[in-house]
Amino acid sequence: MARFERRKPTPAEGLEDLIVTSRRHSPDGHTLEGYLRSGGYEAIRLALGRSPADVIAEVKAASLLGRGGAGFPAGVKWGFCPPGVWPRYLVVNGDESEPGTYKDRLLMETDPHQLLEGCLIAAYAVGASQCFLYVRGEMALAQERLATALNEAYAAGFVGRDICGSDFCLDIVLHPGAGAYIVGEETALIESLEGKRGMPRLKPPYFPAAIGLYGLPTIVNNVETLSNLPFIVTHGAEAFAARGAPPSAGTRVFAVSGHVRNPGVFEVPFGVTTFREIIYDDRYAGGMMGEAPLKAFIPGGASAPWFFPEHLDLPLDKAKVDAAGSMLGSGAIVVMDETTDIPRACHNLVRFFARESCGKCTPCREGTTWLEQVLERILAGRGSRSDLDMLADICENISPGLRWPPRMTTICPLGPSAVSPISSALERFRSEFEARIPVRKTLAVKAAALR
Amino acid sequence: MTVVESPAVRLTVDGRAITAAPGQLLIAACEQAGVYIPHFCYHPRMRSVGMCRMCLVEVDTGRGPALQPSCMLPVSEGMVVETASDAAARAQDGVLEFLLLNHPLDCPVCDKGGECPLQDQTMAYGPGESRFTEEKRHFAKPIPISDLILLDRERCILCDRCTRFADEVAGEPLIGFQDRGSHTQVNTFPEAPFDSYFSGNTVQICPVGALTARPYRFKARPWDISETISTYPNAMGDRVSVHASRNQILRLQGVDSEAVNHGWLSDRDRFSFEAVHSPNRLREPMLRDESSGEMQAVSWSSALSLAAAAIREAVDAHGASSVAILGGAGLCAEDQYAWVKLVKGIVGTDNVDARMGDGLWADLLCALPRASVADACHPGGAVLLISGDLREEFGTLYLRLRHALLNDDVALVELTPLETSLSSLASVSLRARPGDTALLTEAMLSPQRGESVAGVPTKALAAVASMLKRRPLTVLLGRTSLAESPAAVERAAILLARKFPQARFLPLLRRGGTVGALDVGMAPGLLPGRVTLASASDWYRSAWGAAPEARGLGTEEVLQAAAAGKIKTLVLLGADPVVDFPYSRLASEGLSAVSTLISVDLFNTASVRRADIVLPAAGFGEREGTHVNVEGRATAVTAQVTPPGVARRDWQIAAELARLLGGDLGISSPRDAWEELARLSPLHSGASWEALRTDLDGVLLQAPPPADGEPLRPEALRLADLEPPEAAVVPFDGYSFRLVADRTVYDGGTVVGNCPSLAAKARPGRLRLNVADYERLGVGGDGAVVVTSSAGSLVATAKPDDRVPPAVAALAQNTAGGDPRLLLSPGDAVCEVRIEAASLT
Ligand SMILES: Cc1cc2nc3c(=O)[nH]c(=O)nc-3n(C[C@H](O)[C@H](O)[C@H](O)COP(=O)(O)O)c2cc1C
Ligand code: SF4
Ligand code: SF4
Ligand code: FES
Repeated sequence: MARFERRKPTPAEGLEDLIVTSRRHSPDGHTLEGYLRSGGYEAIRLALGRSPADVIAEVKAASLLGRGGAGFPAGVKWGFCPPGVWPRYLVVNGDESEPGTYKDRLLMETDPHQLLEGCLIAAYAVGASQCFLYVRGEMALAQERLATALNEAYAAGFVGRDICGSDFCLDIVLHPGAGAYIVGEETALIESLEGKRGMPRLKPPYFPAAIGLYGLPTIVNNVETLSNLPFIVTHGAEAFAARGAPPSAGTRVFAVSGHVRNPGVFEVPFGVTTFREIIYDDRYAGGMMGEAPLKAFIPGGASAPWFFPEHLDLPLDKAKVDAAGSMLGSGAIVVMDETTDIPRACHNLVRFFARESCGKCTPCREGTTWLEQVLERILAGRGSRSDLDMLADICENISPGLRWPPRMTTICPLGPSAVSPISSALERFRSEFEARIPVRKTLAVKAAALR
Repeated sequence: MTVVESPAVRLTVDGRAITAAPGQLLIAACEQAGVYIPHFCYHPRMRSVGMCRMCLVEVDTGRGPALQPSCMLPVSEGMVVETASDAAARAQDGVLEFLLLNHPLDCPVCDKGGECPLQDQTMAYGPGESRFTEEKRHFAKPIPISDLILLDRERCILCDRCTRFADEVAGEPLIGFQDRGSHTQVNTFPEAPFDSYFSGNTVQICPVGALTARPYRFKARPWDISETISTYPNAMGDRVSVHASRNQILRLQGVDSEAVNHGWLSDRDRFSFEAVHSPNRLREPMLRDESSGEMQAVSWSSALSLAAAAIREAVDAHGASSVAILGGAGLCAEDQYAWVKLVKGIVGTDNVDARMGDGLWADLLCALPRASVADACHPGGAVLLISGDLREEFGTLYLRLRHALLNDDVALVELTPLETSLSSLASVSLRARPGDTALLTEAMLSPQRGESVAGVPTKALAAVASMLKRRPLTVLLGRTSLAESPAAVERAAILLARKFPQARFLPLLRRGGTVGALDVGMAPGLLPGRVTLASASDWYRSAWGAAPEARGLGTEEVLQAAAAGKIKTLVLLGADPVVDFPYSRLASEGLSAVSTLISVDLFNTASVRRADIVLPAAGFGEREGTHVNVEGRATAVTAQVTPPGVARRDWQIAAELARLLGGDLGISSPRDAWEELARLSPLHSGASWEALRTDLDGVLLQAPPPADGEPLRPEALRLADLEPPEAAVVPFDGYSFRLVADRTVYDGGTVVGNCPSLAAKARPGRLRLNVADYERLGVGGDGAVVVTSSAGSLVATAKPDDRVPPAVAALAQNTAGGDPRLLLSPGDAVCEVRIEAASLT
């Protein structure tokens, strides 16, 4: 297998186009000093000079789509808080655990103040006076950087009482997760914050904005979503939208991994850059790692149905990717080359979901483990022909119709997520599964012997 | 109150138009319309969780059909529902297949086999054969999660019913989910067993055989069992289904009566059927041998003729008032009526009392406007609790009130000597020092000056006053403790009733049928129908041929008269004053002094051991009739098994005695007794024998307004005729402690003692003290203290307890930890005690 050299970033390269990762390579970008030096905490001053409704309108106009998975416009979601119900909470979803996804971690590690400022703006806009930063427990550096930043921000008067001399107050609490992927799902996250088992709540209510933490209006936003807010407030909705192809406005950060030469996190104009560019362009992942050509790729995290070479020229645009039957989801692109053992890759992904199923609803709890067991048996050479149809059938029982966005017999999309790799792989690479199934000659012999 | 009728919601289910109540869950609306949707996790008495996914149906609300859990979805106008479309059927089949993957299918050795929703639904909807060839998940086979309950995690389908019950209904989240994915399991937390007073309910609602209760494990198969609906004779009159086979009661299950217990039972009652078949039951009549003092079995005819002779001789020589009958609270209403008719109509004495000195003024209870449990739980209402801890003695009332406090905007005000299990849910929780109950009630009813009254801040009293102005009031009225004179509570009740004429009262009398007994006149001065001797003796004289001339004696007076030699023949009807009467010395003296003590009972209790003639009676499960609960609700009691030996029904014993005394009760079945009662007593007239047997909720006894041309009938007691008793206020000296003699559910009582599964739960009571007091006393490591009052002293083990306020000491009655009654003296308003650390070395 060809070795590859990690490409050194050239600091000047396209910096002016970056929104959320602009301080990524600055050695002290994560400190208050570094942040202030590069214009930090100006946006919150500007926001405080405007009315909350004004800020919401600006964010709505910016078409800031949620970066956590579902891609729902943030400004619209903020408007769902029922009027007159207080207190309200802001919850930051920093649980990022989807295989292949590591963009929020980078943002928290390299630019924690930007996230805090985003929290201030969002909280001011929706009228929250308490914010919880729920950060995946395993992200030690992110936890540390955020804790330090939070202390700095409190000491400097950016968080706490009477922020920047206004009468706006916000407390931010850092809350470490305890190691469950499902807690990234916003209602499970809320349960976990309440001290309960992290299991999703049933919908409706469709958004915690109506009934969330402790039964009160709660806005849950992804780390990257919030990190965009300082820019939007400072430069305006138009400047933001101009970076992308609205409604896929602004930039999006993608984590590219797998068989590429230069895996990493890349911020690209949203809706403009194509998969081919982000995978093959030297500014980004730099092409396939070895000789083998691309076989398939996952466009938006382990949950997303797979794409194939014919999808490479699709732009990284929400509507277009959705229309092609998958999603940009968590912003993780996983590239598989021709050497990939598809049944094994499939098993690897399904095993993840089976282990991470919270156990609340029957089809996911039982079904994902069953899928994993059948795949394991096939890999071990003990599968039978009927297993492939059965796999498809089990998938149907979890996610009727096998389409994306999924219909589901489950409570949350985790169950159907386990179905994605199987339905994608079976559809395209059925022969690879069949090749794993032993031909049963023995049966006839035995039957003859019995006579 | 005006009830706003919301228009019904119209929807289409499987092509049929149905209507439903607004907000009703789709699954319930369908069931009501006769369309059954399979389900496991849904339970109508608990919050829906939508976890099992068995109830998925296709719902179209205008945006095209989608699979939705019908247990989570409220009906909406125009909804189109397909419960058996291809998509719905496929989803249901799929869920069932998933549930069965890891299910051990050990049905042949599973107690649930034959009555298992999983088994049934698999038969009805299942795929027929399994495609699952992998290794099933394994867990250690049943693990005990408490003394009573075992959990087989392999069978569990993780429906969250048991865990939800423990958390939501009982408020004891001692079991929960652990691990995740297909390793998810229900379990207890380390070192914390599922010790709940209500754990048996989880076994009942578990849709598979994952939870089993020791008393029933491997006892029977459902197809061998006969099932009848009956009433458990506790204060709430919980509706139960009695499961019996081959003349044995094997288990009790709660029945979902809307008016009564919502399907729940306390463990104490659920498992108490063990006592029915206890080897210690009295099986035949016995007579004390004059010379040896030993008991000897005799025939019914000799026992009864001796008993009749003892009664006749006493009447002949000393007048009818030398005969007294105590007890009867545990009997069915028909038995109670038969005894009242015998005693008041034939023997001619009014010395009858179903209360054991731990009750309240009978006239008052009959006169107070009666509340139903539903009144107490009515949304928007206020409940004033003057009693002990409901959880200890009124299990299902506790659960219902708890539910109402949490979900239905009911506000609770507590006026109790100790913190109770509901205190954390109370709007205002006031600690009334023993003796101060009436004083504080008065303070609540009129504006107060100063900082505090009897240690309670004036502000809190004002808060209560303003709340009671805004919300309709239900008073739960019971004894706060044996160590506080009942006058305090009785006075409080009258003051409340006068101030709030709309207020209703639920009498919390712990002995099951006490209210029913009072309703049929089992107290001095009363006759059947909550009427007084003064107003109704003519009516009953014309019906019975005779009625007492003058008001007789209550339990305490009877025992005093007995001790003074004035009671010659005393009959105890399932009563054990030696253990239950608050003044044990007086009880002993009284029983010893009578010439003939006749005990009609189920067990050889301390009082029975003093009897000269013992008559074995039939108990729960062995008798048919009617139970009347604290609300005055009559429900049917049915018989499943025959009494042990030659034990007889109480009404039969009364009828026999009547005959031997030369009279005739005219009663030859419980039905006769009930119908005569319903004919004579307007209160009972609305409850026909048939209606009681068809309506799960029974009939709330209420006298109808008199119709024109109706024959004269007795007038019920009126509150206006009653004077509030004086409740002496004893100044609080600050040196001594005030005693609270309360109750605990697993006590040394006969029933608990005769149920092997429950007996082990009885623990010696501790002298509970406020933490600061406990520390100040310098109690040694063994906790030993000497408690002394003017009446006596005892040694107890002290224990710090946050629920006890300063300067109060609490000791439960009837446990092995010391008898608080030794400290009580008759007539005292309160019991003041001194406590000293005992140096026991
Ligand atoms: C199984 C599952 C896992 C998820 N994990 C994450 C996550 O790790 N981080 C995240 O931001 N959103 C995650 N989401 C999406 C959240 O539920 C939610 O949509 C998001 O946090 C909203 O923020 P946004 O509107 O800013 O994107 C997950 C959703 C599902 C169903
Ligand atoms: S789909 Fe899976 S993760 Fe989601 S609620 Fe059900 S069991 Fe939990
Ligand atoms: S033990 Fe029974 S009631 Fe409890 S979750 Fe399992 S199946 Fe449900
Ligand atoms: S009954 Fe509706 S999901 Fe279980």
